[in-house]
Amino acid sequence: MIVAMHMSDGLVNVPTALAFGVVAALALAVALTRARADLDDRTAPMAGLVTAFVFAVQMINFPILPGASGHLLGGALVAILVGPWVGSVAIAIVLIVQSLLFADGGITALGMNIVNMAVLGVFIGYLVARGLRGLAVRGRGGLLATAFLAAFASTVVASLGFVAEYAIGGAAGAPLGTVFGLMVGLHALIGIGEGIITAATVGAVAAVRPDLVYLLRGTQRPPVLKPGAGSAAEGSAR
Amino acid sequence: MGAGHAHPLYLPRTSAVHGLPAEVKVVAAFLGVVCVVATPREAFAVFGGYLLLLALIWSIARIPPGWLSRRALIETPFVVLAVLLPITGPDPRIDWLGLSVSEPGLLGAWNILVKGTLGVLTSLTLAATTPLPELLLGLQRLRAPALVTTIATLMLRYVDVIVAEARRMRLARIARGHDPRFLWQVGATARGVGSLFIRSYERGERVHLAMLSRGWTGELPQLAERVTTRRDWLRGLAPVAVAAALACTGWVIA
Repeated sequence: MIVAMHMSDGLVNVPTALAFGVVAALALAVALTRARADLDDRTAPMAGLVTAFVFAVQMINFPILPGASGHLLGGALVAILVGPWVGSVAIAIVLIVQSLLFADGGITALGMNIVNMAVLGVFIGYLVARGLRGLAVRGRGGLLATAFLAAFASTVVASLGFVAEYAIGGAAGAPLGTVFGLMVGLHALIGIGEGIITAATVGAVAAVRPDLVYLLRGTQRPPVLKPGAGSAAEGSAR
Repeated sequence: MGAGHAHPLYLPRTSAVHGLPAEVKVVAAFLGVVCVVATPREAFAVFGGYLLLLALIWSIARIPPGWLSRRALIETPFVVLAVLLPITGPDPRIDWLGLSVSEPGLLGAWNILVKGTLGVLTSLTLAATTPLPELLLGLQRLRAPALVTTIATLMLRYVDVIVAEARRMRLARIARGHDPRFLWQVGATARGVGSLFIRSYERGERVHLAMLSRGWTGELPQLAERVTTRRDWLRGLAPVAVAAALACTGWVIA
């Protein structure tokens, strides 16, 4: 299976492509400023490594059915793990590098790809996760459900971004209803896979280093030394 | 960045195209694709002209066309949309190869296919002739925000390390009998991605400390001295001028 999300050149006309390029540049500028506030002087190395992680994750194949596999888009995943600002910077840089060095995604479609995946995908994922934060902090099941819904919404809304761009400046004579049905139907299926993998991944990180999960920041109770446990340990040491 | 950091699409050669500064090539590729996208879809012959122009650049850069065509398959996803257009498109319908297809739909499919293919071929030409450090330098010279080029530099420097780590984790799972085939068996792989994140994040913390201990000030030093001359720009933008002329021709004849 191939994830049909990297838009190629020629899908929309030049003015639309350029306008979305400007929107993407502005969004990236805001995200960079806020990412710096999230990570202070560690911004460059931390964001660099998170970006490398996103790049590597997109190369890992997950089984779907025998003979078919897909990869993670990672928008909701990075939003939950490192927050929306660092997350969207990371995804945007991955898209820029893929477009310039790997011919993946058209050069003129780069703005739209950034708006769809780095802005819409990451922020919708984060907003859904943030809205369900009460559920997420309640326990492991709640966190997994939150991550699943965030990733599903993020994938579907990112494809709606494509439909909107196509409605504004679509260069082909396809009826909008067909494009809408095709893209949203396809991405609802992809979103289920994305949701399952995102939930399992977030669960794995939260089990080991819950302090690294951006969504859970400030909700961790400091570890308490239980009187009973302490004496038991002493007892066994003797 | 030291040697050995070539990306998979780079074809090492010594040619006039390889020798051009990266920022000239990025701007030329972008403007070239803008010309292609702006060409009306009915100007069929003009798209052949673009292909000839690219072929000329490939012969100067000594890139074999077979190498390009194998890698051009990357744009396949949107071919699906292009195939559906003639079937689902609006009237009038025409008979073509025994099938009743929509004429505007067929034109739309042609439009997506030809422009997408020329776009991918242009991007491949840029990638094949531009090594990593050059591209980062080019982005720096195009006044991309310093933070973006710094993050991209660090990302490209460590991506091989992280990918290799992911490969070792996969090998370790397979060695222990892991053979997932269905989506509901992704648990182990996803937990692997979880630990990959933790390892990447912790590596980031170590890299930051290592950078600080080596005098990191927050800015990457400019390592290359070479200045881009007016002559570089003229040579790099010459194909763009041809492409612009082709686009104008397209508007006149369509």
